[in-house]
Amino acid sequence: MRPFDYERPGTLDEAVSLVAFDPDASYIAGGSNLVDHLKLGVATPTRLVDVRGLPLADIEETADGLRIGANVRNSDLAAHPAVRSQYAVLSRALLSGASAQIRHQATAAGNLLQRTRCVYFADATTPCNKREPGSGCSAIGGYDRYNAVLGTSESCVATHPSDMAVALAVLDASVEVLGADGVRTIPLADLHRLPGDSPEHDTSLVHGELITAVTVPALPDGAVSTYYKARDRASYAFALVSVAAVVAGDEVRVAWGGVAHQPWRATRLEAALHGGPLDEDPIRAACADELADAVTSEGNSYKLAMITGATAMVLTGLAGGPR
Amino acid sequence: MPRITMTIDGEEVGGEVDNRTTILDALRERFGVTSPKKGCDHGQCGACTVLLDGRRHLTCLSLAVAHDGAVITTASGLAEGDELHPMQQSFVDHDGLQCGYCTPGQVCSAIGMLAEVAEGHPSHVSADLDGDVDLTDDEIRERMSGNLCRCGAYVNIVTAIREASR
Repeated sequence: MRPFDYERPGTLDEAVSLVAFDPDASYIAGGSNLVDHLKLGVATPTRLVDVRGLPLADIEETADGLRIGANVRNSDLAAHPAVRSQYAVLSRALLSGASAQIRHQATAAGNLLQRTRCVYFADATTPCNKREPGSGCSAIGGYDRYNAVLGTSESCVATHPSDMAVALAVLDASVEVLGADGVRTIPLADLHRLPGDSPEHDTSLVHGELITAVTVPALPDGAVSTYYKARDRASYAFALVSVAAVVAGDEVRVAWGGVAHQPWRATRLEAALHGGPLDEDPIRAACADELADAVTSEGNSYKLAMITGATAMVLTGLAGGPR
Repeated sequence: MPRITMTIDGEEVGGEVDNRTTILDALRERFGVTSPKKGCDHGQCGACTVLLDGRRHLTCLSLAVAHDGAVITTASGLAEGDELHPMQQSFVDHDGLQCGYCTPGQVCSAIGMLAEVAEGHPSHVSADLDGDVDLTDDEIRERMSGNLCRCGAYVNIVTAIREASR
């Protein structure tokens, strides 16, 4: 691990100043992802600014829905009564992620900003455009069983690993951000970006911007939702593919995990299924349409059938009654 | 180097640590508390689990400097004098350990897990997010999945935890 300075600012503004004006500074909160990357030499900040002590750990039920402080623990969020009763998709996504120990440590904002688990990104001895821009992509033509099939580029085929982000995508959530120039709100759909030719940037955040909260609008009355995650073992593994879904009357919302550099909101599929029967055949046809632009290799082509089957299972299950 | 203090197994300790020191390394190398084990050192095996401020926590993925003032209970702080904690005793009674390397983390994790169950926290395998938690073997397995044992004692670990929960 390289040496770094460690700071614990007393205010949000102080925290933002410390990072915004130092290109080699990084925020740290729970640290479950970042400390690992410090050990691996994947992250090499010269200054860590610890925001864990800042007052960002409340879950508020508002007139519009839910406001989740950036420092709320994954375990507390998953177990919160309002999340369990009204946002099953979010609770289920969180509970499927990592282990109980890590859920106690990881925070809402940190979860969104965790980095890809592409094996080459974590291996500092191999080329990776996300870790070292311009060095090349080892996953393309390499071991890419876990990698993306939608929205990929010639630079990068990494997936975003967060389960919570996929649930938040289907819930139309937003993040509140504080930067050197003030506050702004970013819809979750615009937070994580596709790799293009600059995969080193996971998100649309500017250096120094700090996520302070996640806001989740209330679901329509009678909405049902859930999260399904397919993985190599029963627990404590990242998704091969995952499906977050909401069904509310005629409205069908679906987001996919494990298939892209961002949570993949399946808008074409949603439009095709709006108001129609949630039966196996139309769902499979809508998945085929959504996946029409997929780029696969021998290693990850299985994801197309897997995401299709998972989506059909989830949507027919939700259509069958409340969960 | 920054100076930190921690309460470890009821005893307040302090010392200087490099910013890069994890809690695990501070416990083992700086403060001489060796019951939390270094397994993978990357958050994947659970052998370093302690109770930190009352919750089960991985010490390998946490910087000591960021946890100045923490109250930590390790497996070696669970006994009351010569009397083992009921979870420790149950691991002994049901042969929930073989080589024993992962056991301190398993025991701390199991105690933390039962507290979560008592608070009504659901898990990935809970059929009903709002219902009371029935601590079935499936629930125990899922909730203990952050602790890996490579010597094949899984069945007895489940038995030990099930019996200790009664």
